[in-house]
Amino acid sequence: MNSQPILKIAHLGHSYGKFPVIRDISLEVDRGSLTALIGPNGAGKTTFYNAVSGRFRPTRGQVFFDGREITGMPAHKIVSLGLLRSFQITNIFPNLTVIENVLVPLVLQHGKSCALWRRLQAEDKLYRQAEAVLDKIGILDAAGRPACELAYGDRRRVEMAIVLARQPKLVLLDEPTAGMNPEETEQMVQLIRELAEHFGTTFFLTEHDMRVVFSVAAKIFVLHQGHLLAAGSPQAIRENRRVREAYLGGSTDA
Amino acid sequence: MHTKPVATYRTRLLPLLAFLLLAAGPFVLPVYWTFILTEILIMALFAMSFNLLMGYTGLLSFGQAGFFGTGAYAAALVILKGGGSLWLALAAAPLAAALAALVIGYLCVRRDEIYFAMITLGFGMMLYTLAHNWIEISGGSDGLPLAAIPPLNLGALRISLFNPVAMYLLVLCTTALGALFLQRVVRSPFGLMLTAIRENRDRLAFVGADVRRVRLVAFVIAGAVSGLAGALFCLFNGMATPDFMHWSFSARPVLMTVLGGAGVFWGPAFGAAVFFILEQLTTQITENWMIVLGAVLIPVVVFFPKGILGTWLHFLKNRRSQRS
Repeated sequence: MNSQPILKIAHLGHSYGKFPVIRDISLEVDRGSLTALIGPNGAGKTTFYNAVSGRFRPTRGQVFFDGREITGMPAHKIVSLGLLRSFQITNIFPNLTVIENVLVPLVLQHGKSCALWRRLQAEDKLYRQAEAVLDKIGILDAAGRPACELAYGDRRRVEMAIVLARQPKLVLLDEPTAGMNPEETEQMVQLIRELAEHFGTTFFLTEHDMRVVFSVAAKIFVLHQGHLLAAGSPQAIRENRRVREAYLGGSTDA
Repeated sequence: MHTKPVATYRTRLLPLLAFLLLAAGPFVLPVYWTFILTEILIMALFAMSFNLLMGYTGLLSFGQAGFFGTGAYAAALVILKGGGSLWLALAAAPLAAALAALVIGYLCVRRDEIYFAMITLGFGMMLYTLAHNWIEISGGSDGLPLAAIPPLNLGALRISLFNPVAMYLLVLCTTALGALFLQRVVRSPFGLMLTAIRENRDRLAFVGADVRRVRLVAFVIAGAVSGLAGALFCLFNGMATPDFMHWSFSARPVLMTVLGGAGVFWGPAFGAAVFFILEQLTTQITENWMIVLGAVLIPVVVFFPKGILGTWLHFLKNRRSQRS
């Protein structure tokens, strides 16, 4: 297996006008790992994800994905290299059926986005793949229903299915359990663990819920006021004095 | 596991039945209504091409008449100066309109919503002004009157299009082919990309689509079909005039699509029929047709945002699913 890190960030910085939101962040994410990025509100987590995933070009620094520089590439090109992301606010195609939601990335993956003269329904292979993904995520029963009719937790699963359908090498999950009740959160954590095992996908997630972070992540990066405060195993982060002062507020029951 | 939508006999048979009924129309209706039906069909094709943008891709094009008019002028120029072949005129129109849509679309598809609408409106009016002022080519405000409409050449058969029934049948067949083409596009993998743009273009970009490119292709296709409708309108009226390109003409497919149902495949055609039939019935009684149109349009928008046909289809679907 390739031992080179899947994601390498070098001195990444981004400013809105004169106001720097993230500053000089350098980090590496290992292949096949479950890594978390934490930090209080406004620490710059989402900005960091946006800069990495191609929503905008970061004002400073470089991003390397799978050995290639992707700094400033348009989002769709980054996706085609195998880096996908989810969003903090559920981001699906609400009035398409659940299976159509998953067919969208599959059509793109197979380079059929400009196929005008085929019938979508004749694409048996795509349908089978979509069904397989839905089955793995556990929402195959809802395949024919409009995605917007599903319960909140299931809509988040639809987004997960959209992301995983393209068989990404690296997935950035922006607060995957945001807005979920404890039961849904537990299911999502379970799902992420299973997916990491089954698909061999690397996950890099931000999360508010500290129990989630400490239970799934093997490595944690802590962002504070736009810069990287600490990095290490959950144990090391829990015991890090600066992290506790800055972020955990001294609470040790996390 | 059945995850594909099942095509019912209704979806296959109804359009065929409608086609046959429409084909029989001029043989039972008075000539006056044949003219009305011809115009309905042309505007139906125009509005359906617009619906590809508004209903499916979520792009409100407010300059669609520019491409309609481009098609009309291309047809007129072929007939007047390019040898006068009818088939060539009908082929040149969508090509010219597609070319115009490619150039204009390249600049338009970068923007969303109201900005997109305003840029298309601006380009539409530029085309209008071009047609109005480039007198050597376009004939200025008089337009290009066709001294003669070339006959329909079907091998051994030559049919004069001065016969309203022949004109009607040509328009019916061309509109039907245009509609089949659009339907094919909507049901293709590309069609799924269009609805995905409408639903959530951001998510689409982040699963790997070049949203601008997909939009541009849609814009060119819609422009080409609008151009074809424009060519039919030119033949039907015996002329191409700048009025075909005016922004108020661009408003027509918008109104028809909203009336019938945006994103409903046959919605704009239905809307076109409602529009013209209502206009005919109203103008027999009063001159204030626009007041009546407003009185119909406003409740449709407020209470039935899916349009008349869209709401009806939704109602039928609900009833069916309750039964099963």
